[in-house]
Amino acid sequence: MSTPFYVSPQQAMADRAEYARKGIARGRSLVVLQFADGIVFVGENPSRALHKFSEIYDRIGFAAAGKYNEYENLRIGGVRYADLRGYTYDRDDVTARGLANVYAQTLGTIFSSAAEKPYEVELVVAEVGDTPDGDQIYRLPHDGSIVDEHGSVAVGGNAELISNYLDQRHQDGMTLAEALKLAVQALSRESNGTQREIPAERLEVAVLDRTRPQKRKFKRIVGPQLSRLLEQGGVGGVSKSDAEESEGSDDE
Amino acid sequence: MDFLSDHQPELLPGKRQLPPVQGVIEAPHGTTIVAVAFPGGVVLAGDRRATMGNVIAQRDIEKVFPADEYSAVGIAGTAGLAVEMVKLFQLELEHFEKVEGAQLSLEGKANRLSTMIRSNLGMALQGLAVVPLFAGYDLDRGKGRIFSYDVTGGRSEEHGYASTGSGSIFARGAMKKLFRDDLTEDQATTLVVQALYDAADDDSATGGPDVARRIYPIVTVITEDGFRRLTDDESSAIARSVLERRLEQPDGPRAALL
Repeated sequence: MSTPFYVSPQQAMADRAEYARKGIARGRSLVVLQFADGIVFVGENPSRALHKFSEIYDRIGFAAAGKYNEYENLRIGGVRYADLRGYTYDRDDVTARGLANVYAQTLGTIFSSAAEKPYEVELVVAEVGDTPDGDQIYRLPHDGSIVDEHGSVAVGGNAELISNYLDQRHQDGMTLAEALKLAVQALSRESNGTQREIPAERLEVAVLDRTRPQKRKFKRIVGPQLSRLLEQGGVGGVSKSDAEESEGSDDE
Repeated sequence: MDFLSDHQPELLPGKRQLPPVQGVIEAPHGTTIVAVAFPGGVVLAGDRRATMGNVIAQRDIEKVFPADEYSAVGIAGTAGLAVEMVKLFQLELEHFEKVEGAQLSLEGKANRLSTMIRSNLGMALQGLAVVPLFAGYDLDRGKGRIFSYDVTGGRSEEHGYASTGSGSIFARGAMKKLFRDDLTEDQATTLVVQALYDAADDDSATGGPDVARRIYPIVTVITEDGFRRLTDDESSAIARSVLERRLEQPDGPRAALL
């Protein structure tokens, strides 16, 4: 009879965490930013059909980095949870906090159960309020913890670098075009400090817009509207001088 | 709906066991709904009355609801069940759209509603029937379409105009004489108000425009731009102009004899 090797719980958890982190880091990063009229999701996504961002409920949006089949599973679960809540009680009773809790439970259970491999995903759940103060952004890492974020958040491969960049430059009350410009600049930074170009057709952009007259505030920004916004923000022209400027500030 | 029936079947309408009852259960009933198609869209409208036996249960009930951005449903029959059915229908369309990332086709929506009505058959046999009228703008074909239902869930597409509810026979007669293929949106909204006026004229369960309380029919328009409900000012303007003409000609506009 063979005795199984003893692995300390700390070591087992650390291994699982590293496995999940590596999986997430392979994916492309995405950012979620607050702007004056709501919350904008920006990410690099070569596919038109497989979305990283989606609508969960009236005021709630979902963003995910990592393995597609795993986060798609969680997304559908979230839509079901929200729709069932809203039908049983009232549409106002569906909140991002409740949803984030459900996701945290799910991710936490999977992460610590030895029978399953941990999910290689990192989620963002955002809810737009009536005023910027009412906006909520939650980041859910692979292990089932919840981080309450303000202003800006980045998840995925270069998340640390990008979120440092965003934290320094994000301001309250930015317009959509300004926020979009900042997001694209942040996403196009490489880990070795260089800048690369992300063409508009590889960008996936969605907003939760509190000024939308409809109940459902989630909207994808595609095609001509996206190019117009990018032009307004002046992504192409300004990025070079801005990159130099940012090099200086990074050294501080 | 399939998910609900697996997980929380008690939330589904039509799944409840009713105790055997003698005679008919008294519950508020909604009455007349009319729909008219015009080039570029469709108009769906309903009166505001709910009756319970010979009593007017509610004067300002709303019986026309948006199902999603490009379709609407108007309900006749047991008000409580019908409103719940519409709520579930709206939820299903929204749920499908979010999960699949695309809207159901108009036919798909109409079929889904059909299934829901059929699941209510048991209740319908006890006198709690729900018979809606479904109208929407078909983005693929680029035109407004109307679907009517019977109590068993049988679905049929109507061309031009349709009505349901207790005043529907009178409304249908009025629409038959007033309908043309080349109606404008304004003419179509006037036509539905005329038809509802005629229904109210001859059916005691259908409410006419209530000038004293400022309660006017609900009129909704669905076009390429989506669902729009006429504001109170707009629908009162139409109702008042119809009423004005009826003061001179109580039976309304006359069609040519030949």
